[in-house]
Amino acid sequence: MKTKVTLIVKIISVLDYGCGNIRSVIRMLEKAGASANRVSTPEEVREAQALVLPGVGAFDHGMGALMERGLDRALNDAVNNHAMPVLGICLGMQLMCRGSEEGRLPGLGWFDAQATRFPDPGLTRLPVPHMGWNTLRITKQNALLSADESDQRFYFVHSYRIQCNDPGDVVATCEYGDDFVAAFSKANLFGAQFHPEKSHRFGLTMMRRFVEWVHAAA
Amino acid sequence: MLRHRVIPALLLRQGGLVKTRRFKDPVYVGDPTNAIRIFNEKEVDELMVLDIEATRSGKGPDFSTIELFAGECFMPLAYGGGIRTLDQAARIFDLGVEKVCLQTAVLSDYDLVTRIASRYGSQSVIVSIDIQRDWRKRPHLYSSSAGKRLSLDWLGHAQRVIEAGAGEILLNDADRDGMRAGYDTDLVRHLAQSVSVPVIALGGAGSLDHLREAVLAGASAAAAGSMFVFHGPHRAVLITYPRYQDLERILDVSA
Repeated sequence: MKTKVTLIVKIISVLDYGCGNIRSVIRMLEKAGASANRVSTPEEVREAQALVLPGVGAFDHGMGALMERGLDRALNDAVNNHAMPVLGICLGMQLMCRGSEEGRLPGLGWFDAQATRFPDPGLTRLPVPHMGWNTLRITKQNALLSADESDQRFYFVHSYRIQCNDPGDVVATCEYGDDFVAAFSKANLFGAQFHPEKSHRFGLTMMRRFVEWVHAAA
Repeated sequence: MLRHRVIPALLLRQGGLVKTRRFKDPVYVGDPTNAIRIFNEKEVDELMVLDIEATRSGKGPDFSTIELFAGECFMPLAYGGGIRTLDQAARIFDLGVEKVCLQTAVLSDYDLVTRIASRYGSQSVIVSIDIQRDWRKRPHLYSSSAGKRLSLDWLGHAQRVIEAGAGEILLNDADRDGMRAGYDTDLVRHLAQSVSVPVIALGGAGSLDHLREAVLAGASAAAAGSMFVFHGPHRAVLITYPRYQDLERILDVSA
């Protein structure tokens, strides 16, 4: 008698709330070997097995777009009651915080952290946004980023940076004038300030690990 | 540490990849999708594709070609050429492009910058400031679609588009385009010291030293065309890009 082996391939959903480069994220996930789809409704979020929360643009615009569509409640439900794995990218990571200096709306509040503006370029002589390729300092062992790859670099573009109140959440920092949080993680949540979907093989490696991490999650 | 970006700037004309000299005499270089695939393999920092006929011909952006390019890019991609409306920009972003580059349309519609930036963020809007000098070597704003210099003050124009929401300025030097004799570093410095957003220098690069000079002059990124598509004095077509280690060494201006 043959044993029936069932491979369970989880689908990774990329949330389209009108604020991000969905297509690039899906393409990188597929290159990383994942099955990925685009979702946009609260029902789809509740049914998702894993989610990427991308995002570019202003904080309130992003948070407002989530609230308008009832996606904030669906996200909270999926994360708090069903431990759904979520990867937040750029603005998506900032939306996982309590809030941002950029806006008035509260964030999703999954991390005890907030986004603050980079100092005035007139004082630092550092242009804002922080735009381009930068390196990371991995501060804590984690599932997605390895400290062993010394040559890895990632593409950043942002004007606000995250500060964590709980240093235990920080997994990687980056330097632009001062150090800021480049990636944070706890439980099934991971946030990256940079764009893995636009970071060549370095981003691809991270996305592959994300796919593995999703499949390892209960 | 943040490294300054080095950006291949590719010119499109009727679906083909071309290279100009002083904004004139486009020479056919090859198939753009193939070139983009090579640049992706070479792990370029960022890529810029400018359609030099989309405005002049009145056809606007060629969305199906843009979609092809975006599918090959696992690095940031900027597209410019023929964008006049927010809807066109929205469609381009949806195809997987990170940044749009505006030029002609902004001259009569500063609000276009604001409309795009308020929806997609300033980081997604580059405005190209094209420069040509008069007989006394004074720089002027140049309209490539009209083929003439404009009376509008170029630096004032740059400041106005930044106020309108532009996140980056592409300083595109028509006189040095394709000449491979170096950037106008005085002009780059003048702009970089006058604005708070990143400046991309384009026009004149022929060597790694030239890229370094642009960075020393204050550019956040150095862009080049000929340097990355031609090889040797006879301009034989060869898609190249410096090794990461070389860029790291050459562009380290902290010392």
